[in-house]
Amino acid sequence: MKKALRILAVVIIVAAAVWWLAMGANRGWTKTSVPKKTLDPVTGIEGISYENRFVPGVDFLAAGALVSAFLAGASFIFRNNQIKSTTN
Amino acid sequence: MNIKIHIMLAAACLGRAALGAPETFDFKDPKGINNAHFSLDAPLEAINGSASGISGTVTFDPADPASTKGKIIVASSTLELPNKMQVTHMKSDKWLDVAKYPEITFEATGVKNIRTEGDNITADVAGTFTLKGISKEMTVPTKFTFLKDKLGQRLPGKNGDILVIRSKFTIKRSDFGIMPGQAEDKVAEAIDLSLSVAGAAPH
Repeated sequence: MKKALRILAVVIIVAAAVWWLAMGANRGWTKTSVPKKTLDPVTGIEGISYENRFVPGVDFLAAGALVSAFLAGASFIFRNNQIKSTTN
Repeated sequence: MNIKIHIMLAAACLGRAALGAPETFDFKDPKGINNAHFSLDAPLEAINGSASGISGTVTFDPADPASTKGKIIVASSTLELPNKMQVTHMKSDKWLDVAKYPEITFEATGVKNIRTEGDNITADVAGTFTLKGISKEMTVPTKFTFLKDKLGQRLPGKNGDILVIRSKFTIKRSDFGIMPGQAEDKVAEAIDLSLSVAGAAPH
């Protein structure tokens, strides 16, 4: 159990970091929509529309680290599995 | 006698066309391109958003830009940010209170320092800016681009002219009672505004 929790903690923090990096390493807050630019060819006006997309931010990374730390901490509750050898 | 009247009318029409005449441009854009951007750069957080709900009318005469009058309206409910939680906060009664103050407006009352370059006219537009129910007299640098007979290119089947208005200026949120002196590390005091809108005057 102890080992499983520690492995899970590492997997969570690594997955959060990899996803955060893969989605552009957004150093702001997590976004649920992103601006998309459009150009009107006649007037030259650059318009902005928003499309729904999840972009993890530093708060997402912090949440991943927190969950990971909690799991790692919880692993200390469990004792090591010791195989007691008895000799007669 | 009839011929004389017809000639006089034709001459009057030609003269009006040659001199130009004020036209009223409607800024409710059916293509939804018109927009207003706002950006705030606080020490801890940068906020960039836009609004798409633009309407209003402007009376403009390319031959006499000094006579320009009109009002541009931004629907507060259309203010957008990438983060939905920030949008909820921004529209709440603590900040912009969009339920109570549904419009942000600029009403032009005068134009000065006019410089013309081709289709482009730059000028300082004086007017009244109203936000969260508070009105302030302001003069903002503005660029007008008059696109004669270009409406058909934008909206097929329609004839008319287009007027593009671009303006950038800065306001202070404390001047408009938006949480003055509070949370300045996250929400900057200065708000940079940028307006890019096109109005149509069908013939």
